[in-house]
Amino acid sequence: MRVKHFVVERLSNAEGIALSLRGRLTFPEAGDIWTEVRQGIESVTRGEHVDFDMSHVEAADGGSMALLVHLRGELAARGVVADFIGAGENVQALIHLYRGDIQPVRRRKRKHEGMLNQIGRATSEFFLEVKGVLAFFGDVVLAALGLLKEPKTGNWKDLLPTMERTGADAVPIVVLINFLIGFVMAYQGARQLKEFGANIYVADLVGLSVTRELGPLMTAIILCGRSGASFAAELGSMKVSEEIDALRTMGFGPIRYLVLPRTIALMLVLPVLTLLGDLVGMLGGVLVGMTTLGLTFGAYLSETHKALHSWDVFSGVVKSVVFGLAIALISCQQGFATTGGAEGVGRRTTASVVSILFTLILLDASFTMFFHAFNL
Amino acid sequence: MTLPLIQVTGLTMGWDDVILQRDATFHVDRGDVFAILGGSGCGKTTLLRTLIGLETPMGGEISIAGLGHPNLDVGRPPFGVMFQGGALFGSLTVGENVGLQLEEWTNLPYEAIGAIVRAKLKLVGLDGAENKLPAEISGGMKKRAAIARAMALEPDLLFLDEPSAGLDPVSAVELDELILTLNRVLGLTVVLVTHELPSILKIANRCVMLDKDTQSIIATGDPRELREGSSNARVHEFFNRVPRASA
Repeated sequence: MRVKHFVVERLSNAEGIALSLRGRLTFPEAGDIWTEVRQGIESVTRGEHVDFDMSHVEAADGGSMALLVHLRGELAARGVVADFIGAGENVQALIHLYRGDIQPVRRRKRKHEGMLNQIGRATSEFFLEVKGVLAFFGDVVLAALGLLKEPKTGNWKDLLPTMERTGADAVPIVVLINFLIGFVMAYQGARQLKEFGANIYVADLVGLSVTRELGPLMTAIILCGRSGASFAAELGSMKVSEEIDALRTMGFGPIRYLVLPRTIALMLVLPVLTLLGDLVGMLGGVLVGMTTLGLTFGAYLSETHKALHSWDVFSGVVKSVVFGLAIALISCQQGFATTGGAEGVGRRTTASVVSILFTLILLDASFTMFFHAFNL
Repeated sequence: MTLPLIQVTGLTMGWDDVILQRDATFHVDRGDVFAILGGSGCGKTTLLRTLIGLETPMGGEISIAGLGHPNLDVGRPPFGVMFQGGALFGSLTVGENVGLQLEEWTNLPYEAIGAIVRAKLKLVGLDGAENKLPAEISGGMKKRAAIARAMALEPDLLFLDEPSAGLDPVSAVELDELILTLNRVLGLTVVLVTHELPSILKIANRCVMLDKDTQSIIATGDPRELREGSSNARVHEFFNRVPRASA
């Protein structure tokens, strides 16, 4: 059986209640102290007086004292005056340390935010975000115009390394994903086409889908995950470590110095990666055509040549330029809007990827409708 | 009579509905080592950021070298800044960090830029650290490198945010010595934000003390005189390291 090292005794007198504490009040028994003292003061009502008689306390530690002082504060909130009395020198020092000898200050209850307030705050935050985004895009346009007027003021030395990082380094993953996309699409289509004896049309299916839709979109999604997240995290870290402020105080426009090279780099590499993605996507189709549909490489190539027009490929390239612009601008804007340390960088990186994915799908749908409307 | 290098008149600063300081007026003369003092949360760093143009004042006027409030979007500001953590660019070496502005704002040949970079690094006691990345050097070295970078274009005015924060006592004293040397030998005017009492008393010849509760400047002058003779209780508490009555 567990041995208790303290006793709490409730005594009533003419002025109110005395709670006599005896023995050793230590943290390992804090739970029991809490329960017993609470029980002792449960029935005390407004206007009464409670004395915590500490004269028989042999020793106390910080944890148990913190609880006693808190309970005294609870009593004060109920309109009950409570004091620690009779404490020895050491215990009194502890009471003083935990502010048990001064009048408890009533903590103001945090007001629960009403629904209307929450809606108002969220709306105001939304419009502030929109304002920030518009201001950023405005700054980018101004910086781009400035760059067109004076090209030598551009941070060109960052362009090639950024193109290497976002383009060349992404080749393996772009090749792998697009190959698998072409392969899977051909495989799925092959089963249906075989039933109608239309095996050869797998080349049309894969060629058109990859060049017009999936090539540009999948490549952009890969770059969103690789470069978009990287830009947002990189610029976000620079923002929270005051590097962007330092750039400004050194007379470098951060948009011109950091955003434009990244934007130009993505607008240049994404079309190239998209063309590469188109090619390997079609190779995925070739592999399925030759292995499961009995097509020859020549027949597949000839059918692809018949089905595809130059516009099909070019429309994907046009899309990819716009996708590149969107990825760079959104990720850089999110990076620049970062506040609040490492957690803020994580939050903005996530927001950047989500916003880019949403924007890519929206842009792709808009392009499709636009091309359809103009029979392109 | 010479005009002050920095003149601040009726400055009110803060954000949204939070006012940090109201109607602050003070000046910094050429050659001063001027400290911005005050307890946590009183707006010292915000004042520094407002002075250098990173924050927009809610009211009042700031003029640096008679040119008004610096507009960082136009051209090169006439001062150097050292941020609290150094804010060195992590992807560039220490030498490249120092040389960045020289490449951008001068037409010096590559060799000359290299020579200036090495000289600046030597001046701040970092000779040999030119090819190191910021991640490879200590906190004190980062601050020194940041000072070298801030001095790259020979400004007359340096702003330093908490130069000795987070440094061991020896490094802090060495940095104080460096600031004094730059002030005495090169005639640099230095405006710094700091909490470090020994550092303030050693290097600053003038200071302003901000107060969070009254949202105002509660003392201006020589910190040594303020320590000895200020009648303001807050100033006395600060300089004599006395806990507040309520603490």
